[in-house]
Amino acid sequence: MAERERSHTRPRGAVFVPRAQVMSADDVRRAITRMAHEIAERNRGLHHVVLIGLQTGGVAIADRLAATLAEAEGASLPVGTLDVAFYRDDIGLRPVLPEAVTDISFDLTGATVVLVDDVLFTGRTIRAALNALGEYGRAQVVELAVMVDRGHRELPIRPDYVGKNLPTSRDEMVDVSEDGVSLGELVSR
Amino acid sequence: MSPFPAHLLSMDDLDAEDIAEVLRVADSFVEVGRRANPKVPTLRGRTVATLFFEDSTRTRMSFETAAKRMSADVLSFAAGSSSVKKGESLRDTIETIEAIGIDSVIIRHGSSGVPAQVAGWVDHCAVINAGDGWHQHPTQALLDLYTVRQAFGGGDAGLARFEGLQVVIVGDIRHSRVARSQITAYAALGAEVTLVAPATLLPPSLEGWPVATVTHDLDEVLPKADVVSLLRVQAERGSGEFVPTLREYTAGYGLTVRRAAALHPDAVILHPGPIVRGVEIASEVAELPAALITEQVSNGVAIRMAVLFLLLGQVPVGGAHRV
Repeated sequence: MAERERSHTRPRGAVFVPRAQVMSADDVRRAITRMAHEIAERNRGLHHVVLIGLQTGGVAIADRLAATLAEAEGASLPVGTLDVAFYRDDIGLRPVLPEAVTDISFDLTGATVVLVDDVLFTGRTIRAALNALGEYGRAQVVELAVMVDRGHRELPIRPDYVGKNLPTSRDEMVDVSEDGVSLGELVSR
Repeated sequence: MSPFPAHLLSMDDLDAEDIAEVLRVADSFVEVGRRANPKVPTLRGRTVATLFFEDSTRTRMSFETAAKRMSADVLSFAAGSSSVKKGESLRDTIETIEAIGIDSVIIRHGSSGVPAQVAGWVDHCAVINAGDGWHQHPTQALLDLYTVRQAFGGGDAGLARFEGLQVVIVGDIRHSRVARSQITAYAALGAEVTLVAPATLLPPSLEGWPVATVTHDLDEVLPKADVVSLLRVQAERGSGEFVPTLREYTAGYGLTVRRAAALHPDAVILHPGPIVRGVEIASEVAELPAALITEQVSNGVAIRMAVLFLLLGQVPVGGAHRV
């Protein structure tokens, strides 16, 4: 949920205006293929590995990673989705609303959880996600896969799998979609 | 889109978009309620007080459970054991509560309009109406909407089913704050509301009420109803005096086994509780799968979590409310 317009978050109206495309759709596809192979390499055999996509931007990427792993490794990994709104530390500082209902229909106890998000920025979403995950069982290991690491971390959090390291200024916005990755600004209408 | 209101006093405060938002946020809290540990840290550091000047079990427990599941601190105020008994005025009680630093007061009062009056006195405290006189009980209407939407598949598709939905509200409309909230709520989503009651249990005037039909003949309207919402005969508000006998009420307006058989197979039966078996609903009918009375109670917690979250989670702790 890191970067795109938060459709359910008031006030509405701010829109993303792209300035430069930094990854094409093909670049994103290749990055997903590479990250999937890295996940398989690090977690030999993919036993007990589950993918959890963060709402909303991480969900599609988690699905694509799972599809790639099914094709390349013949592994059918459980895929869940997680909304971290109720665990955020900025409730009351800005409008925070859940984007979608969390769907984790399996016990995480003993699992290797790969959290998947589109953009890693301050790290606060991941901090909230780590707290939320605990409600679904005690994972053996939690890893983090992101399509874009744009820097500006405010917490000691580091990704294990990265599509692209992208230097940004704080007020820029990164948009990840199936068409690619763009850098731009959020403009109020 | 307008911001969510600072207080929830009446269903009139919410437009269709606000209602949709409450129901959508409640979906996430229903998921929380299904977990082994149904508690989230969302409202840590917030304090909520329940001020009940009237008896209540389910509404009070539901609100307190909702607040506790969001990690808020809950103070429970019963008028019978408070300074009100020593002669303190409501206004002074509220000023005391605000001075203590309470973030939200949930009020039930026998007089219509008390929550609205309290909302005018407070500066940074969200007021929630948990039932005032004959006037409003908005969270009951919201949990009814949630339960109906759930029965019709949930989500946006379930919400779309309200357009043109045939809703029949049966019973003591005159004394019912639940009915007043329900009528506004169903109408806001495009449903067609039919009221069924003896003339004595209808309000003196229905002018301005978004009601399609008023009838005294329950048997005529039941076959085309999608939702049958029953109201309790409220002895404490004197509704027993408006009908000759309870048996006669049941004969004309009770959802008996025979009447329930006339319902459409997909129709659902709602009741805000507490139910009086054998009067407004037959015991066997209350046990039918179409009767969603238990679901209403479970959904009530998630709806109240959503309302508390939308009122308190969007503003700074102790901060100024949007007006």
